[in-house]
Order: sequence, then structure tokens, then C-alpha cells
Amino acid sequence: MVDAAITKKHDEHETTTGLPHTKLAMWLFLSSECLLFGALITTYVLYRNASIKGPYPNEIFDIAYTSVSSFVLLTSSLTMVLSVNAAQLRDWPRMRLWLLTTAMLGMTFVGGQVYEFTSFYREGLAITTNLFGTTFYTLTGFHGVHVTVGILMLLSLVAMSFADRLGDEPAFAVEMVGLYWHFVDIVWIVIFTVVYLIPTSGPHK
Amino acid sequence: MAETETDFQRELGAHGLIDPMETHARREHPSAKEYIRIFVILVVFTSIEVSIWYVRQQMGGWYLPVLFPLMVAKFSLVVLWFMHLRFDDRRFSRFFLMGLAGAVTLYFIVLLTFRTFLR
Repeated sequence: MVDAAITKKHDEHETTTGLPHTKLAMWLFLSSECLLFGALITTYVLYRNASIKGPYPNEIFDIAYTSVSSFVLLTSSLTMVLSVNAAQLRDWPRMRLWLLTTAMLGMTFVGGQVYEFTSFYREGLAITTNLFGTTFYTLTGFHGVHVTVGILMLLSLVAMSFADRLGDEPAFAVEMVGLYWHFVDIVWIVIFTVVYLIPTSGPHK
Repeated sequence: MAETETDFQRELGAHGLIDPMETHARREHPSAKEYIRIFVILVVFTSIEVSIWYVRQQMGGWYLPVLFPLMVAKFSLVVLWFMHLRFDDRRFSRFFLMGLAGAVTLYFIVLLTFRTFLR
């Protein structure tokens, strides 16, 4: 048993940490992303009340609409974790179904964001209009790009699973993409509260 | 299967080959039912956040003290359950917390420097 254990230990722990380095690298990457989004959120907070002309947040935000977007992204987190669960159970059809559902929900969220940006622009808020516009579009735009990258990763996973190119551990690949997707969700949890739900000075509705 | 792995890990630990607590997965990942339960809690918390936004004037000074714990709770639920930090090796948590704590500390100092909280 011990010999077998040593052999298995040798096989399984090829890395110096005894942990899969891909997963460790993913967590390190997400850790660095905290600094990126932290900088963008801080800049927004720093300048939130510094605009000298409108439109101001309270004039253009539609909380009901953004709440629906938040529920969509939250639901995509559930479908993502269900696809990881299906992959761990080696239930490939269900895994693909949940991955595609997650990608669809992600596309709905990004589509909603594009619509929101368009309506804000029509109401007079461009990226150069005021400090609120600059920091808001930069922060939410960066987040939208991350969601879009996540959608591409999800669709790639589906395509690769059909081509049987996910390697020996498909569940591991799905879990890694899942970590990225959930990170995008937790960033939105913070953005939704800090940007949309915290009242700012300026004209109120 | 899980029991076999536990015995296997115990054996490795007994021979000093690994630290029993330093394995890739400390506990089995939750079932689909548990994920759905967490999702329902997240939906309830988000609904509370949105609901109190509409009555923020009446809440006065209580609005932010209610809003922030809800945000932190949602953040923690996703990280601990959906991202499996509650179930995976502690070193993954340390890696993530390193960046998160660094970011929160750094940017909190930046906001203090610019007296954002006093405005």
C-alpha cells in the first residue's frame, strides 16, 4: 500500500507544491484582477461627486433595468457551477447544456449593457462628457470585456468537448473557466452595489 | 471512492508523505441541490438590496449599513461555494486573499488620502 502510495504520490504530485499549478496560476491571476478592478472602482468612487456638469448618476440610472441584468448574471453563476458539477459526474450532454446556457445568459447581460450604454449616450452621457462618464464607462466597459472573454471561453469549451479535445480531465478545464466566470460575477456584485445602489450627490430623481 | 481517497490520504499522512490538511480538495464539492440553495439565498439578498434602494430616503442612515453586509455576504457565498474555496486546499484561499486584502488595503488608503469619506 505504501509503495503504491509513493508511486501514486510521485504521479500525482509532479509539482513542487503538490497542487495543480494551472489552478494555482488561475487563483493568482484572479488575485491580480482584484487589483485591476479595485483601481477602477476606487477611481469611480474618488470622482463620483466631482462632475461639474450633468448628466449625473441619479438622472440616468435605471435601477429596475440593471437589477434584471444582475439577476441574469447571478443565474449564469448557478448554471456555470452546475456545468462544473455535471463535468465532475462525467455527464457530458448536461455539461454542454449548462455551458451553453451560461454563455447565453452572458450574452444577454452584455447585450443589456450595450443597450444601457446606448441609452445613456442618447441622454447625453459620453465617455468625455464629465468625470462620472469617464470613470463609469471605463469600469463597466472593462467588466463587459471580461464577460465577453468569458463567453468566448465557454463557447470554446463546448466546441472542444464536441471535438473531444478537453484532455484527460475535462472537468478540470471546465472548473478553471468556471473560476474566471464566477470572478466576473463577484466583480459585478461589487459594481452593482457601489456604482448603482449607493446614492450620489447631484440632482435626485 | 471518497472514503478510499481518505484512507489513501491518511496512509500518506501517517508516513509523513503529505500533510493531511494540505490536499488538493479538503472536502467533496457540494451537490447540485446545495448550489441551488445558495443561489436562492443570493437572489433573496439581491432582492433585499434592490428593495431597500426604493426606500433609502426613509431608511436614512441605516441604508449603507444594511447594503454593505449584503454585498459582502453575496461576495462570500459565491467565492466560498461556487468557487469552492470552502472545500479546496487552503493555499488557494491564501493566494486569493493575498490579492483581495492587498487591493482593499491599498485602495482604502488611497480613498483616505483624498478624504473621500469626508466629502
